[in-house]
Amino acid sequence: MIGGKNSLSGPVDPTANAGYAGDHPKRKGFFTDTSICIGCKACEVACKEWNDVPATHFDMTATSYDNSHSLNANQWRHVAFIEQPNRLGRQDPGLRPREVTDLGMPALAPTDTAAAVQEHAATAGSGEGEKPDFRWLMSSDVCKHCTHAACLDVCPTGSLFRTEFGTVVVQDDICNGCGYCVPACPYGVIDRRQGPDGAKNVGIAQKCTLCYDRLVDGQTPACAQSCPTQSIQFGDVDELRERANTRVAQLQEAGIMDARLYGNDPHDGVGGSGSIFLLLDEPEVYGLPPDPIVTTADLPHMFNRASVAAATLLVGAALAFAGRRS
Amino acid sequence: MAEAHPVGFQWVVEAKARGAKIIHIDPRFTRTSALADTFVPLRVGSDIAFLGGIVNYVLTNELDFRDYVVAYTNAATIVSDDFRDTDDLDGLFSGFDPETRTYDTTSWQYATQEGDAGDDNAPMQHETHGIQVDGDPPRDETLQHPNCVYQVLKRHYARYTPEMVARTCGVSEEAFLEVCRAWTENSTRDRTTALVYSVGWTQHSVGVQYIRTGAILQLLLGNIGRPGGGIMALRGHASIQGSTDIPTLFNLLPGYLPMPNAEEHTSLEEWVDSVRHPGAKGFWSKAPAYAVNLLKAYWGEAATPENDFCFDYIPKITGDHGTYRTVLDMIDGKVKGYFLLGQNPAVGSAHGKAQRLGMANLDWLVVRDLFEIESATFWKDSPEVATGEIVPEECATEVFLMPAASHVEKEGTFTQTQRMLQWREKAVEPPGDCRSELWFLYHLGLMVRERLAGSTDERDRPILDLAWDYPTHGEHAEPSALDVLKEINGYDIATGRPLSSFSEMQADGSTLGGCWIYTGVYKDGVNQAARRKPRSEQSWVAPEWGWAWPADRRMLYNRASADPDGKPWSERKAYVWWDADAGEAGEWTGHDVPDFEKTKPPSYRPGPDDDGVAGISGVDPFIMQGDGKGALYVPSGLLDGPMPSHYEPVESPFRNPVYGQQSNPVRKQYVRPGNRMNPSPPELHADVFPFVFTTSRLTEHHTAGAMSRYVDRLAELQPEMFVEVSPELAAERGLDNGGWATIVTARAAIEARVLVTDRLMPLRVEDQVVHQVWLPYHWGQGGIVTGDSANDLFGITLDPNVLIQESKVGTCDVRPGRRPTGTDLTAFVAEYQRRSGVDLDVARPIVTTGPAAFGDDCGDETPRPGPDDQQPDDQQPHDDVSGDQR
Repeated sequence: MIGGKNSLSGPVDPTANAGYAGDHPKRKGFFTDTSICIGCKACEVACKEWNDVPATHFDMTATSYDNSHSLNANQWRHVAFIEQPNRLGRQDPGLRPREVTDLGMPALAPTDTAAAVQEHAATAGSGEGEKPDFRWLMSSDVCKHCTHAACLDVCPTGSLFRTEFGTVVVQDDICNGCGYCVPACPYGVIDRRQGPDGAKNVGIAQKCTLCYDRLVDGQTPACAQSCPTQSIQFGDVDELRERANTRVAQLQEAGIMDARLYGNDPHDGVGGSGSIFLLLDEPEVYGLPPDPIVTTADLPHMFNRASVAAATLLVGAALAFAGRRS
Repeated sequence: MAEAHPVGFQWVVEAKARGAKIIHIDPRFTRTSALADTFVPLRVGSDIAFLGGIVNYVLTNELDFRDYVVAYTNAATIVSDDFRDTDDLDGLFSGFDPETRTYDTTSWQYATQEGDAGDDNAPMQHETHGIQVDGDPPRDETLQHPNCVYQVLKRHYARYTPEMVARTCGVSEEAFLEVCRAWTENSTRDRTTALVYSVGWTQHSVGVQYIRTGAILQLLLGNIGRPGGGIMALRGHASIQGSTDIPTLFNLLPGYLPMPNAEEHTSLEEWVDSVRHPGAKGFWSKAPAYAVNLLKAYWGEAATPENDFCFDYIPKITGDHGTYRTVLDMIDGKVKGYFLLGQNPAVGSAHGKAQRLGMANLDWLVVRDLFEIESATFWKDSPEVATGEIVPEECATEVFLMPAASHVEKEGTFTQTQRMLQWREKAVEPPGDCRSELWFLYHLGLMVRERLAGSTDERDRPILDLAWDYPTHGEHAEPSALDVLKEINGYDIATGRPLSSFSEMQADGSTLGGCWIYTGVYKDGVNQAARRKPRSEQSWVAPEWGWAWPADRRMLYNRASADPDGKPWSERKAYVWWDADAGEAGEWTGHDVPDFEKTKPPSYRPGPDDDGVAGISGVDPFIMQGDGKGALYVPSGLLDGPMPSHYEPVESPFRNPVYGQQSNPVRKQYVRPGNRMNPSPPELHADVFPFVFTTSRLTEHHTAGAMSRYVDRLAELQPEMFVEVSPELAAERGLDNGGWATIVTARAAIEARVLVTDRLMPLRVEDQVVHQVWLPYHWGQGGIVTGDSANDLFGITLDPNVLIQESKVGTCDVRPGRRPTGTDLTAFVAEYQRRSGVDLDVARPIVTTGPAAFGDDCGDETPRPGPDDQQPDDQQPHDDVSGDQR
């Protein structure tokens, strides 16, 4: 199995690669267009309701409106909120009119005296034609359902498996909670559920199933179903990739040159993912790894190296015994 | 919109994808701004100045849609010579009586109509039914007459220049002009612009005039009655429109019939005549039929022509019975019982403390809700328990908490903002003892009648004679919602045939119908509200989805989508038009149900004696107005002026830059020790509360939190009460992101976690930098996530027309750290009251210009005698300490 030519990296059909017969359904996935995400978090709630994922965070993080922290065992969808002073194409937020913008932060002095106003007006004049700017990025993150899924590859029990839809799913009743999958994921998605007390599957690895139980009934995953702006789109990965290419071209044509796709390239480090994202900035800005590589990609190489090493050791040992006999 | 109406916002996103330009004007950068093409920040409470500036831009540059304006609005109508504008009177209109703080509207009338001014200055006691016009007031269609509405309007807004807008609103002239250009360039024969607003506009002491300014602008630009135009209210709940149509308001009966007044309406005739104004033009002339059908629906066989159809059974109003008046009456011991159906005033209404103290002074309180909300637990855990103002052992209010069925656990209709009724099925049975409102009220009614059975007391007749006999089904005897819908629709009593149109309603008692504007929703015995034909299978107007009142029209006043000759203004914006070849002598036709008499040709002109519907000419689209014209200028119907003027919010750090009159002079102001307002210029000590605050909703929670704070998967999304401040204010006041802040007004001090964000920004207004802070208002002491309530910060000041509270703007102080607790909190707030000079003198000056300025009249209520009460004496508080800390 390990010797298969493309099984651990490169562009393949993961379903066929997993041994499904030719008449398996088309690979399913998400296209998340963050340019029209309004940060309503309906996806987070719909996911938790459908999949019975417990609510756990009741503390405010004070990082914009992100109170769900990250993807983890109790958070299979996570909406990131990024406030940044950047331009979004032709958007002109008009925030911080120049006359009161204090470029010399931090401003500890009172700002509401006439003198302070004049001072502001004077100092803010620097940078002729420069317009202060701002944008608020929102993006709903989810399991990538990688073409080459390291979590699945390292799972010793066979709990993680490739479905007929090309997605990667944990079987709760088989997982033994060993946690090998957790460090294997290049995105930090999969996680063992630590609690809360009384929740189901505590100790078991948990993540997005792309609503496997809905897919087998021909339904749309809960998050995509609930998304009011169609920022989260569900469908055949082939078609979603086309849609993503069209959309990014459209945005770039409109002057939003920062628009880019993430996870749509079958030649990337995970062989392309089943979850494609349209981003408006570098992936790192959204907390996504810029160049994810499946952690098991080097397994054949490592196996060969290890085999050579083992053989060398064996030969060495044999020689040692032989030498002693002689 | 994205924050509070994310599902509706999908259509904005879709429009944007098709090339629409989205402009978002808001005090703070929200999730809506994040998706908008242009965000324009402005100072809270300065919207009339902003919109007035656009009106001025349109009129100065003659960018109005002139053919539309001349034909369809009252621009050409001549106003009385006696009218004096705010320009002449420093912010007051002619007719102002400083004694009563009301306007005599005689001088506001059209020329020749001066005798027709109503003398009605009581708010909400007559729902206005359009302008009443007798005869034909003079018009000058060249718009040159100095007293024609167009010229009056132009003079009124002449001082709202871009420079003035920038100075008043804290907006750059550049951004303001960009909005002007975008709006006007997109308002032509070929293009229309939609205006969408929500309670950020309505909840002000000038709330009605905010909407009026938007309406004036849309009329000038020809954006009313045309596809893609309009001025649209986004409602705060699923069926707020429905609860106005079939109202939960003290002054209205179903279908916008006014609640009768005890003194003025002693007979059915007097009552209906006050609606139809015999001799006046327009569709209200049929009010008698609507009224009789309602009375027949209420009292069935007992309602006969001989007894005025039981008109005497209707409760009558005698004055202001609004929600805030009622709460103050509860505090004063005048109200004994209170029903709360899906409402949480302990958190959701302005001046939370007044709400809770009022409820703590009742004999009984019925709360029907999904969870045990603060309005049911105030007696044991409210902030006043901590301060000792409510003692649980002594609070005599008996609270009945009744579990309610949620919207998915009962059937019925929702009416949304397009006036569209959509039927919803019951998805699941309500758990345990939870029941629908329909069940609760029906069975409560049966029980009350059982108690009264056999009574010979006259006062029990209205209840005993009620037609209260709905069929029920199921284990819990649930009444049939469909049967109620049939009664609302109306039917022929003899045959039971459902009416198909309100024109079939008879005034003789042979038909009945519970809400005339809803007639047709059960046409042909079919539940039209349940229609669900996909949009892909019908025209773009989607006439077979749900049902819209009146008469299934999807757009009101759509006659205006065609030119005076009945032809579409343009092919692109064709909607309804006159087809001369249709029918016998031509008919109105198009994509929607025409909002016009089907066979009245554009050439029709009424004779001098025609009134009612016949008085409306073939070119007058606004058929509910007496003159058939859209009102740029309103001679009657509003209590605070025929045209909107910029008044400062009642609490403001600024002197009104436009007029000497500071704030709305006819606002409703309950002056009493429990309702102190922060001082504003020209009074001293406004600097004790130097910052402007506003409140609104977060996507993650629903209003007062009853539906979200008690549900763990929603509660965790925004788990704590917080305040948003700009980095500049954080630096100035030493606030740390994630730390605590205390926000103080003359009513309360609350604490909140701090969110320092660039989305809040200081603005320069009147050469001063003003800091604005923003608070969500979802929290209280109950539920999974708790916090202080932002509405505790507000006092009670009301718009005079509709009695809505000013709860979108106030002034405050912000300090680092948590607030004191217990009696220390009371002392902390009292110290602010003392420093700002509002401790002993609870009345703030209301009239600030003219001979009566700063007079003794300072409100709508004599302060209640009490230990800390003192009659207003000195308008300049003698306080040698206040204001010295900044």
